[in-house]
Amino acid sequence: MAENVMRLHYTVSDTDFAVAGEASSSVKKVLKQLGVPGEIIRKVSIAMYECEINMVIHADGGEIDVEITPEKIRMIHKDRGPGIKDIETAMQEGYSTADENVRELGFGAGMGLPNMKRYTDEMNITTVIGEGTTVDMTVYVKNK
Amino acid sequence: MKVKDIAQKLNLTIISGESNLEREAENCFIGDLLSHVMSHAQSGDVWITVQGNINVIAVASLTDCAMVIICEGMKLDDAALKKAHLEEIPVFASEKSAYNLACELKELL
Ligand SMILES: Nc1ncnc2c1ncn2[C@@H]1O[C@H](COP(=O)(O)OP(=O)(O)OP(=O)(O)O)[C@@H](O)[C@H]1O
Ligand SMILES: [Mg+2]
Repeated sequence: MAENVMRLHYTVSDTDFAVAGEASSSVKKVLKQLGVPGEIIRKVSIAMYECEINMVIHADGGEIDVEITPEKIRMIHKDRGPGIKDIETAMQEGYSTADENVRELGFGAGMGLPNMKRYTDEMNITTVIGEGTTVDMTVYVKNK
Repeated sequence: MKVKDIAQKLNLTIISGESNLEREAENCFIGDLLSHVMSHAQSGDVWITVQGNINVIAVASLTDCAMVIICEGMKLDDAALKKAHLEEIPVFASEKSAYNLACELKELL
């Protein structure tokens, strides 16, 4: 079992929108090479992209660890941002605290977290105000 | 209808993705809020937007749109342009409004 794990690590820099999405597109390529079905790749890369962007616009960047096994793909996004006051509210479609600058770039629909929830099989958020947020998501390759 | 035929009929200016013009486009989605587009655009869509930053290319790639039309004379910025070429995503520009493009598309799709 343990030998069958592929691990990838990414560092997301704080406010560099120009590279935002690099980690998710890199994972997308790896999954393609591994022959993972397209619909699984779509779920993983959309969830990762949304999470990666949130790390850039709401926190100061962070670290992403991805574990790929034949059964599932797990993505752990860890940032040292401000934390999320009320996760339930943040999860609601349309809720956003994005500022004017990032809204001009097309962010701030308040759909990122709902998209992550929708495209993953498991999603766990742990957050501490003033310390940071960890979003842990899993997509199953085979039906459980 | 094929991307290249849509481009010709709508009089679009090609920006990138010359290698992917044979693909069939099936439907159309209009939107500028990226994560909203992410949840609603479908594979094979013509996506019409006024946004021109690099994240448009990321979203187009993730949703597997057949083509992107940057409307109302808006421009792709340099970083977006570079990524569009790299990912070979068919991106076009038009002076027309999203409404006018959609009206014309209705006759084609
Ligand atoms: N990593 C994070 N650190 C701190 N706050 C966060 C983080 N991720 C999300 N949030 C909070 O949760 C809210 C909702 O996030 P969500 O991704 O759903 O929407 P958004 O990022 O504001 O807009 P969109 O994703 O539609 O562009 C954010 O506006 C922000 O207040
Ligand atoms: Mg978001």
